[in-house]
Amino acid sequence: MTSERLRSIGLSLLAPAIAIVLSILVTTVVIAAVGSSPGDFWSTMFEVPKPRLRVDILNQTAMIYIAAVAAAIGFRMGLFNIGLEGQYTIASFAAASFAGAAYLSGLANVAAAIIVAMAVGALWSGIAGVLKTTRGVSEVISTIMLNSIAITLVGYFLNTRGVKEGNTVHTKNLEAGSTLGGFAPFEDRDGEIWALTIIAVLVGIGFWVLLNHTRFGFDLRASGQSESAALASGINPKRMILISMMLSGAVAGLIWLPALFGGARNYGTSFQAGLGFLGIAVALLGRNRPLGMLFGALLFAFLSVKSNDLTFGTDVSPSIVQITQGVAVLAVVVTYEVVRRWRTRLEQRTVSRELAGANGATS
Amino acid sequence: MSAATVQKRGIVERLTKSWLYIGLAGVALVSFVRIVTDTDDLTGAGTIRAAIIATCPILAAALGGLWAERAGVVNIGLEGQMILGTWGAAFFTYHYGPWVGIAGAALLGLIGGLLHAIATVTFGVDHIVSGVAINLIGAGAATYLAEAIFPDYEGGGPRQLNGLEAPAQITIPGVSDLANTIADKHWFFVSDVASFVQALTTNISTLSLFVFALVIVSAVVLWRTSFGLRLRSCGENPQSAETLGVNVYLYKYVAVLISGALAGIGGGFLALVSSSGFSTGQTGGRGYIGLAAMIFGNWRPGGLLAGALTFGYTDSLRLRDTQSVHALLLLVGIALLAFAAYRAYRGQITGAAVVAVAGAAVLAWFLLTDTVPREFTVMTPYVTTLFVLALGSQRLRMPAADGRPYRRGSAG
Repeated sequence: MTSERLRSIGLSLLAPAIAIVLSILVTTVVIAAVGSSPGDFWSTMFEVPKPRLRVDILNQTAMIYIAAVAAAIGFRMGLFNIGLEGQYTIASFAAASFAGAAYLSGLANVAAAIIVAMAVGALWSGIAGVLKTTRGVSEVISTIMLNSIAITLVGYFLNTRGVKEGNTVHTKNLEAGSTLGGFAPFEDRDGEIWALTIIAVLVGIGFWVLLNHTRFGFDLRASGQSESAALASGINPKRMILISMMLSGAVAGLIWLPALFGGARNYGTSFQAGLGFLGIAVALLGRNRPLGMLFGALLFAFLSVKSNDLTFGTDVSPSIVQITQGVAVLAVVVTYEVVRRWRTRLEQRTVSRELAGANGATS
Repeated sequence: MSAATVQKRGIVERLTKSWLYIGLAGVALVSFVRIVTDTDDLTGAGTIRAAIIATCPILAAALGGLWAERAGVVNIGLEGQMILGTWGAAFFTYHYGPWVGIAGAALLGLIGGLLHAIATVTFGVDHIVSGVAINLIGAGAATYLAEAIFPDYEGGGPRQLNGLEAPAQITIPGVSDLANTIADKHWFFVSDVASFVQALTTNISTLSLFVFALVIVSAVVLWRTSFGLRLRSCGENPQSAETLGVNVYLYKYVAVLISGALAGIGGGFLALVSSSGFSTGQTGGRGYIGLAAMIFGNWRPGGLLAGALTFGYTDSLRLRDTQSVHALLLLVGIALLAFAAYRAYRGQITGAAVVAVAGAAVLAWFLLTDTVPREFTVMTPYVTTLFVLALGSQRLRMPAADGRPYRRGSAG
């Protein structure tokens, strides 16, 4: 029994291991192909990061992790919420505008802005949910369209309502009382771990509890694995689609809030785009498991942040890590599929051997 | 056999006639709006030229989508393949001239398609998942390769490569001048057609003509050859195709490779014709708009051409003066009301009411404002696609086995 359990753990770790080796290989080949030195690259990447980068890595990990959980809520239900990007863009803008307007003060303002972000994210993803449940529109296409609409819409509101400063436009700055800052583990000049990175911890725990210890989580996983079985056990599929889509959007609304209340203080050039797609990639990398996604988020954040060192010591440009990340995702989904097929064949063989043995004994 | 031919001709005639009528009515409507709002720019040869240039990349991507999805593979990776194409066009044009550059764009797109085919066909990975990964890889690879290689080139930098040679432009002498004369008269209907002819015959890029030719080639190959029939059978029912001896994996591979190459050509068009060089992030989501155009066109070549032209036209208008965009509101309003009337005539009262309200809202918008913010024009393709999907999802019919995993030997 224990050896079988060990083997199954080994098998599930095999896929990510192969994927990491593959992405290292591809990256090395690409760097060598353009005539740079892969050795320099890897030795720079694997140096222990400086304190300032360590803080950055943790902050990025938190935001990518929130995005990954948002994606995973959809994935576990069998929904592809490709629209995280649009949902967190429009939600971040709404939260920054609301908090900047300072209707409330201090922590109440922060709490209200968090609620605004979640509501706006949920409403935006809800459009795709409603289109799917009432009109049968694929959520993949509608969320892609909604991404572009959200980004242009935010651009429009920013241009018409934002505060102009030189060549840039941004929302009103947060008042000092609403800026949360964070906690500096090293020297002050190395930066702070933002206070709202705590959202990542809460969202991670919440996701785990929701999936494994609630009726809703059971319904969600059941619908994701077999819609017909879920329907037979009394789950309303349309309701599930709408709720999980909106839940995914609500969590997506939180993605950029740590940065907003930590350092950015307004929505403008400081806004970090692309976290939504990174989140989808990390959810795939971590198999939608709370712990797996944590490792994925840490790996991606490490690669993104550490790549900044490349500009000093090497002639390799930092964007190389985008290739590493992309290949890692593609390789991991392929190897999971291969391992799954291999495991099925192994199980079939074991069963047929045992059956043959049993038949041999009786006859 | 003779009955079959007669019936076939009947269908062809009906289709071409109805498309022709819709097209003529459309031109008349545009012409009417142009005269009422006094915006000659709406159908000026300059506008139409810009529209053709904006249409071509979308059209190439949409064709790419068509090939893959007709073989049952959803290709969200079009955007990534297109980005790879922009880089390929820049690199190969710099060294060997524009036509090798286009071949290079197709090659880079094809590599993206190959990745997608390996993941989805051979390993049975979910098509959307693979597409998302390919978009990440495509964007990353183009950015990295540009930063690594282009700074050393003349006219290059880490994020761009300027001064690339464009494919030749052609002008048909007599027709061009005649059309120009008629277009300048601003007559109802005639001048609008003339300026369209003028745009098509004056300084048109050979690459534009090539992309339009690809639509015809795709339509003929997919619907008029046995190769196309087999390919489409893989998208409708791969198990049945397998029992008939079709090598489903091979057809899917070919389709996805062609799909990637077409998206790459679309990217190459952006780098060589739409602008005079490569820049990072040049595609700006046009791969997704291509996908939208294909869905808008109900997975058919004629329809996706109409979709790409519509999206290309709106895309080009945002670069021109805001007055003509404002005039376009009147056009959309009238078109929506006409569509509502048609729906009411067909007895679909609720649908007609929804469309009529939308039409009235657009008309009110036209009457109450003077300009349309640029951003709203940018959004047009996406909003249109959502509307088409929401209103016409019953009428749209995608290939039956589109996006479903298929494994060899899974038939009965």
